[in-house]
Amino acid sequence: MSDADKTGASSEQGRLRATRRSVIKGVIASGVAVSAVGYVVYERAAKRPAAGSVERLITLNVNGRDRRVDVAPHETLAHTIRYKLGMTGTKIGCDRAECGACTVMLDGVTTYSCSTLTQKARGYKITTIEGIAGPDGGLHKVQKAMIAELGPQCGFCTSGQVVAAVALLNHNPHPTLDEARRGMSGNLCKCGAYDHYLKAVMRAAQEA
Amino acid sequence: MANEHKLIGKDFTVPDIEAKVTGRAKYSEDFRADNMAFCKTLTSPIPHAKIRSIDTSDALKIPGVLAILTADDVPQFPPPAQGIFAKDETFYVGEPILAVAAESEEIAVDAIEAIKIDFQQLPHVVDPLESLFPGGPNARSGGNVAAGQIKLQTVKWDGADFAAAGDTKMPLGRPAEEWEYGDVEAGFKKAKVVIEENFVSGTMSHNCMEPRTAFAYWQGGKCFLHGSNQSHTAAIANIARYIGIKPDQLVFIAEYCGGGFGSKIPGYPNMAIAALLSKKINRPVMHRISRYEEYGIGSARPGFQGYIKMGFAPDGKMLAADLYIVQESGPMATAGDFRAAAGAMSLVYQPIAMRFRTVPVLTNTVPVGAQRGPGENQLVNMIEPMMDKAARQLNIDRFDIRIINAPDSKAKFGKDQGPVTSAFLKDALEKLRTFSNWEERKKRSGQKNGTKVTGIGIGQGYHSAGSNGFDGLLRITPDGKLHVHTGVGNLGTHSWASTARVAPDLLNVSWDNVVIERGDTRRGLPFNSPQAGSLTASTQSRTMYAAAMAMKDKLTDIAAQMLGGKADDYELADEKVVQKGGGKSITYQQAAQKAVELGGKYSGKEVPDELNPITKSSVAMIAGTGLIAAAKDTLPRVGTTPGLTCNVAEVEIDTETGVVEIKECMSVVDVGTVLFPLGLGHQIAGGQILGIGLAHLERHLYDPKLGIPAAVGFHQGKVPTYLDVPPNITWQAVEKPDPQHPLGIKGVGEPSLGSGSSCIVSAIADALGGHLFNRTPVSADMILNHLSGRPPAHKPLQVNTV
Repeated sequence: MSDADKTGASSEQGRLRATRRSVIKGVIASGVAVSAVGYVVYERAAKRPAAGSVERLITLNVNGRDRRVDVAPHETLAHTIRYKLGMTGTKIGCDRAECGACTVMLDGVTTYSCSTLTQKARGYKITTIEGIAGPDGGLHKVQKAMIAELGPQCGFCTSGQVVAAVALLNHNPHPTLDEARRGMSGNLCKCGAYDHYLKAVMRAAQEA
Repeated sequence: MANEHKLIGKDFTVPDIEAKVTGRAKYSEDFRADNMAFCKTLTSPIPHAKIRSIDTSDALKIPGVLAILTADDVPQFPPPAQGIFAKDETFYVGEPILAVAAESEEIAVDAIEAIKIDFQQLPHVVDPLESLFPGGPNARSGGNVAAGQIKLQTVKWDGADFAAAGDTKMPLGRPAEEWEYGDVEAGFKKAKVVIEENFVSGTMSHNCMEPRTAFAYWQGGKCFLHGSNQSHTAAIANIARYIGIKPDQLVFIAEYCGGGFGSKIPGYPNMAIAALLSKKINRPVMHRISRYEEYGIGSARPGFQGYIKMGFAPDGKMLAADLYIVQESGPMATAGDFRAAAGAMSLVYQPIAMRFRTVPVLTNTVPVGAQRGPGENQLVNMIEPMMDKAARQLNIDRFDIRIINAPDSKAKFGKDQGPVTSAFLKDALEKLRTFSNWEERKKRSGQKNGTKVTGIGIGQGYHSAGSNGFDGLLRITPDGKLHVHTGVGNLGTHSWASTARVAPDLLNVSWDNVVIERGDTRRGLPFNSPQAGSLTASTQSRTMYAAAMAMKDKLTDIAAQMLGGKADDYELADEKVVQKGGGKSITYQQAAQKAVELGGKYSGKEVPDELNPITKSSVAMIAGTGLIAAAKDTLPRVGTTPGLTCNVAEVEIDTETGVVEIKECMSVVDVGTVLFPLGLGHQIAGGQILGIGLAHLERHLYDPKLGIPAAVGFHQGKVPTYLDVPPNITWQAVEKPDPQHPLGIKGVGEPSLGSGSSCIVSAIADALGGHLFNRTPVSADMILNHLSGRPPAHKPLQVNTV
């Protein structure tokens, strides 16, 4: 299911997409390593100028604040958020747009940050899990409902589930149960907490 | 009794849940340190090979490469145990061979690409029956059969065994282990109906959402390890062994664990890599694990190839059962599912006579291990639809045949036919019959609606769900706070929190005045139950009970010393020790202050000898800071403590696509006293949802020719999504306390998955007019091939193919 289906809209979504292949190509220059494919923290690129003329020192708007950050051309948004901006609420579960633990919003649209190039996120309002609660620390109604319904089990997918639920309710404040499960279906949970997460989404939808 | 409790049996806000919904919860990969280095492992690209030589010279020349760790640098464990790195011989695709520490992961990857390994490829095997075939390949040069007490050996069956079985039946060659009780053959002779089937249970990854990242550094001669683990203090000795240090040299920090499902119980070898590299380069090391790597080292449920024969009396009573399991065991002897399956057969169905035979066969597939209901859940998936078949042939109700065989508290368990502490599965089934509106619901069985056909299924689940003998540790500080020290770990079941409520409940302390000490061994954590095997709720609550009773004795003792009289003259009221019948009292603050003055056994300076060494060193960390009660749970418990569940599911199968839609699921559980209703509901619903995965979705796949795993992503492994599960899962509890537990509590985690899975397998068979696939997962293409009269795509007993 595409992100556009998940939250019901955005024609801009298309230009954010970078295929997994293009990301990997950027990371591993010559073919696939013996078996080290997978997560790669891009520190080396910071020391060796990459080919081309991509600006490295860029401004990202994250949770309402402009942040200057040095970003390699092939760096993913999940990596930038976790390792450059020091926010670890965004989780990496698969690093290939399967599980949704890394879900953030770009201009209100849910996006798998593990498979989005940071350079492509310039000019967007990026919202991570750390930006869901109010500036005073007051919890969002989705977070309150997740607590009341005992949404999470292990909690590793929860950041992504909360962001997905907030985006869903922003686009569709009163979803049917079926709309809610479709809206949330880009986020996996191996504990099987779907039942409790859905109850939380429906509860939050009833709150003002 | 339930009415007297202020905390036990009540819902509450779990203390760590706000951290989870705000992203503040810190898992292993969320920690950082100055000067942190990264590492990556080189893993085997082929399923079975001799490692003739490793040349790291080019890799070491790459700027930024800090160190290389190989099998020669790490503690060794005798084969076929799972080690940290392959040494001399590699046994599966994805097996770690060495690790490189570097300034960045990217440099580490470059270094791995520059390493030259000379492999000599050896014959490999991914199908146990192929390995048992005369002249078939062995997964290890040392043999092809091993598990626990069964030592590494080579077992080949006779060609005649295979010839007699033909292409479609399970050959029944010489077992590596067998047992029997009662007269099995006499049972079959008396039987009115005999069911005889072959079956295959597929294997699947544990699929923990958090890859098992580890982060480590050394300070003051101690190793600080941030690891993802479901148990805490129960794992310390083993993790220390992997690192090659003493348990008290390990500071283990594991406040959160992103899923374990049995794959992170006593720690695991991979945890040691960051620690050993950190020691080597004297810098903090982060060892992130990718999803691909997780499929190699993250464990899997073993597959079964099996045979079952069951004989039934006219009333449905199971007179005899004959079970043979060939287990696909991976290359290390890491799983005893086959034994647990036999135990479940004997307990859930109470056959009057039973024979069990087994061969656990090593294969060049990923290492396997306990996965939520290990063995029991594969077993019920196969047997439950067969129970329906027997009921049909005997013309009795599907609930009736289960109830007549279900265990009650006089039930016998396993080959020794030992006792159980309590069993109320008959009660649970009766309750489920009503709860599921069975008489009305069963009329919809086989009903057609356009291209869809309805199936109704019943499933049962069992796992032992309680243990004893662990240490409780409680402390009241002079500010009046009750510190509950808990070492059970935080798997995500919320049971660390619900069991922490037992002590304040029994000691009349308000929940607001409780401080929970957990997640970091420096907080003084006692030796507690592994967070596994459906154990925590039952085991840790009785551990807490023992500690609370010890604390009560100390409180009344101190009150008598301060106010006169004997300890027996005093009782506990709201955070006070009060003279019985009204009169003088002291507060818990005063008692704690007095304990610090008194020292000795009151402040933890002296502890009971019977405590585990881990508990003793933890008490030493906090001694003198308050009134301390450390006690071992020596309360009696005789027999197996079974957690038992049963479920009903209604499904619709689309006969044109083979897609199974699950419409409704409901469950009734026998878990004794309910400790935390919301948390129990979560385990039941979660078990149902994972059961849906086990029944018809999740799988490992191996190319039989190349031995290469093909399911190395969530969608290839087919983890259930929101769209695969019914919108609402409902449940009830029998609520009959276990008499051998001071609070009556039993566990639920694993049975809930077994009954959640087997009710789906039963429902699919029911929708197809009772057709038995005898194979899980029941995939859509199996259903379609069956409906269109085509043969299945897999060979009859082939494993890891759908």
